[in-house]
This record gives sequence, structure tokens and C-alpha cells, in this order.
Amino acid sequence: MKIHEYQAKALLARHGVPVPRGEVASTPEEAEAAAKKLGGSVVVKAQIHAGGRGKGGGVKVAKDAAEAHTIAGKILGMTLITHQTGPEGRVVKKVLIEETLPIERELYLGIVLDRVIGKNVFMASADGGMDIEEVAAKTPERILKEPLEPGLGLLPFQARKLAFAIGITGPAVNLAAHAMIALSKAVQEFDASLAEINPFILTKDGKVFALDAKMTIDDNAMFRHKDLAQLRDLNEEDPLEVEASKFGLNYIKLDGSVACMVNGAGLAMATMDIIQYAGGTAANFLDVGGGANAEQIKNAFRILLSDSAVKAVLINIFGGILRCDTLATGVVAAARELAIKVPIVVRMEGTNVELGQKILLESGFNFTVADGMLDAAQKVVGLAK
Amino acid sequence: MSVLVNENTRVLVQGFTGKEATFHATQSLAYGTKVVGGVTPGKGGQQHLDLPVFNTVADGVAATGANASVIFVPPPFAADAIMEAADAGLALVVCITEGIPAEDMIRAWAYLKTHTWTRLIGPNCPGIISPGKCKIGIMPAHIHKEGNVGVVSRSGTLTYEAVGQLTKLGIGQSTCIGIGGDPIIGTSFTDAITLFNDDPDTHAIVMIGEIGGTAEETAAAYIKAKVKKPVVGFIAGRTAPPGRRMGHAGAIISGGSGKAEDKIAAMKDAGITVCPTPATIGETIKSRL
Repeated sequence: MKIHEYQAKALLARHGVPVPRGEVASTPEEAEAAAKKLGGSVVVKAQIHAGGRGKGGGVKVAKDAAEAHTIAGKILGMTLITHQTGPEGRVVKKVLIEETLPIERELYLGIVLDRVIGKNVFMASADGGMDIEEVAAKTPERILKEPLEPGLGLLPFQARKLAFAIGITGPAVNLAAHAMIALSKAVQEFDASLAEINPFILTKDGKVFALDAKMTIDDNAMFRHKDLAQLRDLNEEDPLEVEASKFGLNYIKLDGSVACMVNGAGLAMATMDIIQYAGGTAANFLDVGGGANAEQIKNAFRILLSDSAVKAVLINIFGGILRCDTLATGVVAAARELAIKVPIVVRMEGTNVELGQKILLESGFNFTVADGMLDAAQKVVGLAK
Repeated sequence: MSVLVNENTRVLVQGFTGKEATFHATQSLAYGTKVVGGVTPGKGGQQHLDLPVFNTVADGVAATGANASVIFVPPPFAADAIMEAADAGLALVVCITEGIPAEDMIRAWAYLKTHTWTRLIGPNCPGIISPGKCKIGIMPAHIHKEGNVGVVSRSGTLTYEAVGQLTKLGIGQSTCIGIGGDPIIGTSFTDAITLFNDDPDTHAIVMIGEIGGTAEETAAAYIKAKVKKPVVGFIAGRTAPPGRRMGHAGAIISGGSGKAEDKIAAMKDAGITVCPTPATIGETIKSRL
């Protein structure tokens, strides 16, 4: 689960990461009031789940509360397009109003899972404020790493080592080390699968702050973070994906014209790939899982078909636990109830496949039954054109 | 022959009395697997599927001489179940559970580093089968056939797809290992391929990977250096958008790493025949045997 900058900062602050004073606002009036309370110049920052907000025009400095009102009025409601939002962009619903700080240096801190060693790794770089993926690609030696021992988090000596290595000196070393340890504690406490402070700043008066913050909570750990569930912002998610998640369906919307319904994540990915191989484009990724029932199949259909770009549907099921006759019954019931008009190609393999095919062929609907994945992909791509 | 599991494997089912465990234990028993009992804390002393239920894995091992377990325990308790099995001295632990928090797996992984006698397969996997001998997991038994091709895969249904094609062509399998779709897993491609390489009765290897991580690249380097047997591969997710988790927790392209094309290039460089679609895995193996 992705969360907003202002939410991430609040969680980090709970563990002692210094963050600028600030308040979140949904209207220009709230923005002005927040700016007045903070005093002096403020930063108005669009709150969307995507990076690159500054370049897209979503972060502006206001010299006083009146200007904060004007700027917030422009940013709130705007469709912000960044390299991470896609061409459609995101509508800004909230802004964060923060005090301005005298920046001396911009650094980078982050924690990410290293799959090779099976541990989280703390990363620090002197090249803050830049796209860290670019730093990693061009000058990987400028990103320093320390593995986090399970259960222990970042140890003080590791934090000092990193602080010195990214060029922090004097009393700020201890402040930075303290903030780094706090970040690692927050990651562990909140089951974050990713956390980044970019930039982590050193001020002219020798203090440190998390000027920006990004945090993703491990979806698998949400059962022990009931209090964090309220941080989910449905406005940031595709409405069809939100709808699918209610029925335990793993659905990701894409921009092609062939909808697909598959069991198993690997087979679902391979189905998208083979659609492209056959000359078409997939409209979605959908894994209905191993134990899908007729009700889930009906809901899956409804969600697939509410995407108006869909010209044809491919059902690709390798029935192991999910029996082909159960699937076929579900498909026929859904076709009847939803009055489906687009062509449907069905490829089934596995348990009770003959019975499943018989149910489809005798249903009176115009299903195309395919033999194998490639045949299915070619047929559905032909029908979608 | 086969790797890791055979007719001498004695299996305990962790989370035995649950619905999924009951269904799949019944299937395993019907296949002839030596399921010797199960564990459900608090239900020790009862009988389930005419087999004894134990409170702890250690009790089960002491009473039955089990050397393996399969875990159907819900996600919040699954990492603990893995560690309990390792503590009880089991040589093989197969964790089917999907949805274990990464933080829990980080700890279980560290625990296994100090319990080196235990090999973990999974989590978030279909399990392992040596056709005709032993089935531990949730894969449909009837698509398999005893033979000489080793199959290793991160995906369940994609494994069935490959196995189904092989069996239709009359080509049997020595052992099929579903290593799981999570970012942290107990048995890697390289581990499984090493076992297949050392098994005289495995004559060819099918390796099915997907986007995310760099385990396929690591295995390709090992294959290039050590493996003389034919290897046929497939990578799912060529068309997956970056930054999105494609069903499996581990199937994500992030920070420019984990892309299908990088994996395919490394595999081709290692002499692996990479199929453009999963539809041709069976025929490709046939042509290389």
C-alpha cells in the first residue's frame, strides 16, 4: 500500500525522524490558515502517489499566507502529470503546507529489500535531490549500503559509518545517525517494504530534516496494522482495481483491447505476453486464483467488460484445483446475466476439460473454443480486430 | 531417481485440520505419498484422515519419524511454522502459504541460516512432486508422468502448463519443484538446478522464471559454468509494466532491475533455449533430448 508524503512523514516523526513543521490542506482557505500558523514563507506541495511532482509544477514556494492561498488554489484540482503518473496524470486533492528551511546540502536515505541476501539494506548517498535510479545506473559507487540484521535494524556504528561516508561532519553526524536509526525502526515497526527520504537535508544551522518522504507498506502485513488501513487513498487507485480487490481478484488495468481471465499469476503474465506475440495488446492482468468460484468468475467478467476499450475476451485456465466444468458453468452464467456482446475465446486444460467444453458448446452462446495457448491468442487477437 | 522427495519421504502436514490442508493431504495420500500425520496446536491426540494429530512438530517427528513437512498455516503464523519445523530437525519443509509478510520471512530466513539441516521450498509455491513416488503440495497429480526431465518454476499454473505438454508428448519428469513467487524463498533456481545437475536420472531441465529480482541471471551463470544437460527456459512478464506487482509479491520490475529481457539475454548467453511462448516448452525439450 502506497501512502502520501504527509502520512509517511507523520509515521517517521513518531520514531524520531526530524521533519519540517507542516499541515495538510484540502482547500485554499485551509492552506492559508496553515501558512499563517507556520509564519513566513512556506512550501505548497501536491500530495499524490507519484514522484517528480516538482518538475510537474506541483511544488511551489509561497512568500506569505496570502500567496499560499493563491498557489494552493492553482495546485488543488489540477491534473498533475509526472514521469510516474502516466500521460493521464493525477488530480491533486490535498496539499502539504510546510515551513521553508535553509538548505546547505541535499542527501539521500532509503531502505529496500535485497532479495539476494534476504535482508533489508540501508542506502545512503551524497547525491540527494536527484532521481536515485539514475544515480544507481550511472554512478552506483555513490550509493553506500549497509545490510540490516533481522530484528536489530540499523546499528549505531553503521549509521555513523554512512553519515561520515556521505560527507557529514561535526555535531550533525550524531543528528544524522539518530535520524537514520529512527528511519530503520519505522520501517520495521510499520512493515514498510520501501522507505525513502530524498532529499534528507542538512541546514545551514547544522540540523537535519526529512524534506520529502516516501513509504510503501507491505500489503501482506496489513493484518497487523489495522490503524494504517485508513491511510489508503482510493482516489489514487484505478476504480476497476479497487472494485476487483473487493472480490479477492488480482486485477491490473492495462491499455490494450484483449481482456484476459487466467488462473495463476505466472500464467496470467504469460497470457499477456502471448497476446502481444500474436499481434494484439492485453487490456489487463487478471489472476482469479486457484479456488475461484462461479460468483468470482461472474464478478471478474463484469469488471473486465466495464473497460470500454475491450474488444474480445480470452479465458485461459489450467484447471488443477479449479475444475474446468466449474469454470464453464460460471462463464455461461455470467454470459447470460451480463448479456455479453464481445466475442469470447476459451482455452481450458486440466481436470474435467471435456465436460467443461461440452457445457460451453451447448450453452447457446458463441464461444470460441481454442486448442492450446497460441491458438487461443491468435483467435482472440483476430476477433479483436 | 528424483531429487529431494521419493518413496521414503515421510510427511507431516502443518495446519493439518484446516480445509485446504485436509483436501490436499487427501490428494497426496491417494497418490501414495507417505503422509504420516499432522500438526494443529491444541488438537494433539485427535485423529484426522485416520492419522494422528500432534500439538507440536517435535511431537510429530518423535512419534512418526517424519523427515519432511508441508505448511498450510495462515500467513500470520506461517513463518513461525517454518522455524518450528526447522527446530524439529526436518530435512525438507514445503511452505504453500501465500501472503507471508516480508519482515517475517527475513527473520525465518536468518533462522534457517543457523538450522542448516533444513531445506525450505517456497513459500507461496505449489510444492514438489517426484511423479510416481511422492507428491507434496497442491499440483494436480494426473498431469504428471514418471521420467527424466527436471522442472523448476516460480509459477504454479505455468508449471502445470509445461508439465502437461511434456506428459502429452510422452516425456516424464524426475521431479518438479515450484520454488515460489515471493521475493524471499528458501530454494533458488540455482539450488534446484544444482540438484538436477547432480541427479543421474535427470536428463534435461525446464526452468520457468518471471520478472522481478535477479535469480534467473544467477542461475544462468551457474548453468553456463557447470551444466552440460540441455536446459529449456521461459520467462513470463515481457509485457508487464514496470513498478507494478504482477500477482506474485516477487514479480515486480523496480529500479531498472528484474526485467524479462535481461533474464532472457543471460539465459541465452548460457546456452539455454528460451521459448518465446510457453506453448512450445514441451516440443523444445523433445527436440533437445
